[in-house]
Amino acid sequence: MKIVNSLLLATVAIAMVACGSGKKQQSTLSLAGAGGTFPLPYYTLAFKTYQDSNNVNVTYGGIGSGGGIRSLKDQVVDFGASDAFLSDKEMATMSPVIHIPTCMGAVVLAYNLPQVKNLKLTGDIIADIYLGKITKWNDPKIKAINAGTVFPNKKIIPVYRSDGSGTTYIFSDFMSKVSPEWKNSIGTGKSLKWSVGMASKGNPGVAGTIMQTDGAFGYVGSEYAFAQKIAYAQIKNALGEFVVPNTESISKAALGDMPADTRCMITNSSAPGAYPISCFTWILIYKEQYYKNRTMQQAQGTVNLIHWMLGPEAQGMTEKVNYVPLPAKVIANAEAQLAEVTYKGRLLTVGSKAKSAALTK
Amino acid sequence: MRILSIKDILFKRLLFVAALLILLICAGIVYTLVSGSYGTFVRFGFFHFITSTAWNPTIGHENYGALSFIVGTLLTAFVALLLCLPFSLPVALFTGEYFRGKKIASIISSVINLLAGIPSIVYGLWGFYTLRPIMNHLGWGQQGFGLLTSAIVLAIMIIPYASSLSSEFISMVPKDLKESAYSLGATRLEVIKNVTFPVAGMGIFASYVLALGRALGETMAVTMLIGNTNNLPTSITATGNTMASIIANQFGEADGLKLSSLIALGLLLFLITAIINFIGKMIMKKFAA
Repeated sequence: MKIVNSLLLATVAIAMVACGSGKKQQSTLSLAGAGGTFPLPYYTLAFKTYQDSNNVNVTYGGIGSGGGIRSLKDQVVDFGASDAFLSDKEMATMSPVIHIPTCMGAVVLAYNLPQVKNLKLTGDIIADIYLGKITKWNDPKIKAINAGTVFPNKKIIPVYRSDGSGTTYIFSDFMSKVSPEWKNSIGTGKSLKWSVGMASKGNPGVAGTIMQTDGAFGYVGSEYAFAQKIAYAQIKNALGEFVVPNTESISKAALGDMPADTRCMITNSSAPGAYPISCFTWILIYKEQYYKNRTMQQAQGTVNLIHWMLGPEAQGMTEKVNYVPLPAKVIANAEAQLAEVTYKGRLLTVGSKAKSAALTK
Repeated sequence: MRILSIKDILFKRLLFVAALLILLICAGIVYTLVSGSYGTFVRFGFFHFITSTAWNPTIGHENYGALSFIVGTLLTAFVALLLCLPFSLPVALFTGEYFRGKKIASIISSVINLLAGIPSIVYGLWGFYTLRPIMNHLGWGQQGFGLLTSAIVLAIMIIPYASSLSSEFISMVPKDLKESAYSLGATRLEVIKNVTFPVAGMGIFASYVLALGRALGETMAVTMLIGNTNNLPTSITATGNTMASIIANQFGEADGLKLSSLIALGLLLFLITAIINFIGKMIMKKFAA
């Protein structure tokens, strides 16, 4: 009994200490989010900036997109974040969730061939490399679309991600769209069954292996590749143009047809000049912000934060950390969705466009 | 006197709580592993899971088996043990027999023990940037990655575990035994061969079993060097995956059946390590008796 008592006492003491530290911050609003690691560097920078000027504490846990969705489902966070949108099946199991794109990125095909600049590739060739059908850099198929470039008689060493990753998902989604053979034999997913090549963990692992290995080739997240100044290929898009991945071409990928709720993959975009392996990353929130006894202040704080994320200050920050800002069309789309967020059935105020509760029912 | 006895009781209670807590934590780990891996064992069956080499995470064709990783784990650990033997045994003899109690022995043994304090990520980076290019140059492994590369790094990592304990056992060999052998005209080598090894043998063996246990569970350095391919290794220089390395690689974004299979791998690794530790303890007990 004594043991139980002393344990209880210890627990109470710890709880009191924890409460004590919580009380100090009572005047500051605290928001918590969790989700993908892909936007983590950007979110860290953006939330820090927001925190400094708005007296709102924002914490973000990079626990993976799956974890972010789970946390929102369990209603333990103010917002979730994910590189993949919720499927209709997932949407059906939760109260209405809205998807707010926050920035864009891409997957680039990096290679290690010091002699070759401006390598051009098509989806078919990439598929043949990963399926083990093209094994040499001087393969006629590669030479045919890179007229004027001299290729060495070197083995191609494909590199892929050994860990489950949104980068693999986006890359394989594009590949499945352009190559039926890829779709049938490898498919789309966060981790896949590969037949040839080497595996490395994380973007740093893949990029590191490529940079160290003569003739290596692999897919890397653009935010990492841009920062590392690694050589990457131009990819043929849906209109047959060879496009270099950069801020402009990735941003253009969002100009194709898109549903109003932005729930779509923008790979192989039909927009002119678009880089074909581009992606959004989303913040997910409940449309009805009253759950788990959340206060009006918290709900309004969440909406304010997301509105700020769509504004010029936050969007301007994306490029500093090698992400790509959203085009105006997508921002308008996102704002329209944000305007529908409610607290106990009443619309919340978004930015300066004050919508009084009287306007609704 | 009374105060002392209260202190005594309190101390006893404290020890009891600490011991109980460890037991509870251990039971909690086993419970989590078993309940987490339940889905996989129900879906594939225990024996099918541990004998299948499949690992296909594609949605709709999901199929998971542990054999490739069990083989990868055991192969790297045993090869590492084999590779560490020619280094750790001489070190143990040097510090426990030839220069026992001398300053040079204590210097060498503390340097060797320093190896145990280096974080495994540092071993991994060393392997990646230094050992891998050498292996690649020699044409071993795929671009220098492979089971052998990770086994070599593992061998270096487990040397301190093997050598310091065996050195203890070697220095524990009774002086009378050795001196009687010398008095019969035996040379030092003959004494080691005929007296030291037979007497300390079981203890030395046990220390290698413990080193093996260390090699089985190593994650970071192995993940960086093994090549991370989910197939049954065909040779010692082939790429593969160990149970610890695939968990480290895949756990982050895994869910559903895949998550369950990874936890099942964790449970199997737990069992294998427990069995090996158990064998080690049994042998030590036999030696002490």
